[in-house]
Amino acid sequence: MAQVTDASVPSSARSGPMTRSGGMSDRAIAWLFISPTILLLLAINVFPLIWTVHMSLTNYKANMGWMKYKSVGIGNYRDILTDSDLWEAMQTTAHFVFWSIVSEVVLGFGLALLINRKFRGHSFWTTIILLPMMLSPAVVGNFWTFLFQPQIGLFNYVVSFFSGIDPASFQMIGDVKLAPWSIVLVDVWMWTPYVMLICLAGLRSIPDYIYEAAEVDRASAWRRFRSVTLPMVMPFLMLAVLFRGIENFKMFDMVNLLTNGGPGSLTETVSITLKRAAFEKWQTGWSSALAIILFLTVFGAANIYIKALNRVKQR
Amino acid sequence: MIGKSTAHSVVEASAVSRALSGTVVVLYALITITPLLWIFLTSFKTPSDSVAYPPKVLSEPTVEGYCNLFTFHSRQDPDYIAHLPPPTGRCDLLARSRGMVIAGASKTPGRLVNSVVIGFGSTFLSVFLGTLAAYAFSRFRVPGKDDLLFFILSTRFMPPIAVAIPIYLMYRQLGLLDTAVGMILLYTAVNVSLAVWLLKGFIDEIPREYEEAALVDGYTRIQAFIKTVLPQAATGIAATAVFCLIFAWNEYAFAVLLTSGTAQTMPPFIPFIIGEGGQDWPAVAAATTLFVVPILCFTILLRKQLLRGITFGAVRK
Repeated sequence: MAQVTDASVPSSARSGPMTRSGGMSDRAIAWLFISPTILLLLAINVFPLIWTVHMSLTNYKANMGWMKYKSVGIGNYRDILTDSDLWEAMQTTAHFVFWSIVSEVVLGFGLALLINRKFRGHSFWTTIILLPMMLSPAVVGNFWTFLFQPQIGLFNYVVSFFSGIDPASFQMIGDVKLAPWSIVLVDVWMWTPYVMLICLAGLRSIPDYIYEAAEVDRASAWRRFRSVTLPMVMPFLMLAVLFRGIENFKMFDMVNLLTNGGPGSLTETVSITLKRAAFEKWQTGWSSALAIILFLTVFGAANIYIKALNRVKQR
Repeated sequence: MIGKSTAHSVVEASAVSRALSGTVVVLYALITITPLLWIFLTSFKTPSDSVAYPPKVLSEPTVEGYCNLFTFHSRQDPDYIAHLPPPTGRCDLLARSRGMVIAGASKTPGRLVNSVVIGFGSTFLSVFLGTLAAYAFSRFRVPGKDDLLFFILSTRFMPPIAVAIPIYLMYRQLGLLDTAVGMILLYTAVNVSLAVWLLKGFIDEIPREYEEAALVDGYTRIQAFIKTVLPQAATGIAATAVFCLIFAWNEYAFAVLLTSGTAQTMPPFIPFIIGEGGQDWPAVAAATTLFVVPILCFTILLRKQLLRGITFGAVRK
């Protein structure tokens, strides 16, 4: 930094580089500029979090605020970790996260490889493919219930048109076997473009001379892919997988509107369990403990994500 | 070094493979866009056409869905309708042809206004706070900078449902439940992390020489910031604003838990648009169309900045 320093200021204020006389010190400006953001985050993120920790150790019920509540220690946490329904919700979430990410990576990477060949009109078609990921997940979940309508929905019609299966013979949302796949399908429709976009950035970060060198070595196309393309795109792909993993792990809006956890609790992901416990059963203490467990999981994953982000940034 | 001709054959795809890739991508794009086109077409159908089997791609277009979205109507007996003064507009006419009369405006305009107010309010606030913080992080030596930046971004990953419980209780205490102010503050807190990270990237790219020249000319730091940095960061600020706006516009989890009436936005409202006997699909489709069109326009405008936005500024395109 090359600020103009003023030697006449008192030594107490000289800790940071100074601007010309008349202005505030850089350090004062830095804190003036940063503190509103930090204060807002403390008030709306950190304080509620601390409150959640406190509530998670009690049997508080938010709809009966007048009742005395008492500390239950780590009782809520013990209940949660031994709750079989919750483990089922965890499995549902894992199924959703795993299959949606696998499909998105395969489709997204594939599309990125194709788009990277720069055919005529590629940027127009890329923009079209991007559209779903910019929409509101809740609104998307809602209009897919229309496309998934039993018998008359467009989805059933298209499937029966191409496969000959009777459109009245299956229901995407109501059927026990198909419902978990309906949320995967909508997620893939919505988020494949995200993975594609990041892979595309990875592909475009590979300098041409590496491929040229591979050509000199007479490497086959498959070998070029395996030893140049894949390792170079990997950090970007990791970024996409981590981000989608975190987002899908806490997925609420799309699933809430598409299936609302149903039929029964078959597509009930952890976030939906949490919403039901907190805002329908009003088990505030229990759900606060669950919120903390979820938060710690996501925080750990986010930590890795931000490290990966910085690694990509340094390239 | 290798000759240009050899390099060309490796890096550039052949014409055949390019055409083939093009076909596959166009096919995927067409499949992907079908649900959106379907919603758009449905918004111009009559309720019975919207649920016809086999699905009707093209039907006599009608604005009934949009009318139903914006008005309340009640069923009346034909005698009563026959004695009314002549219909005043297309919506009136359509309602009467179904044996209904328009009883007033629906909640839709209010919900749209809420979405706009909360969206723009929180966007303005997050970009304002974000620009200041990003400038400070970009230009000054801040103790614990990396930790602070990490903390700021990590708040974005919080599961909304997990923080919704204490925020619900806190807002209930403060009287902020179901208010636009409460929602603006909340969305600002979520968006400011993205704003700081994105804007820091943009400001990092602006050469410091400009400010230093301004400082030498006798400007104070703050004047130099306003006169040299802000104008040069304008594109970045605009892109950041659009990202914040899209988030606030689309947000559902907080909206459905913390608002119920006066401050309710469109996402929790759209699924509850119902007609006589269940969901009125053309009206829902009309609401979805109106809701989604601004986002589609922004996406097309922003496609170049998109990647920066979704990777928190790490990847440039």
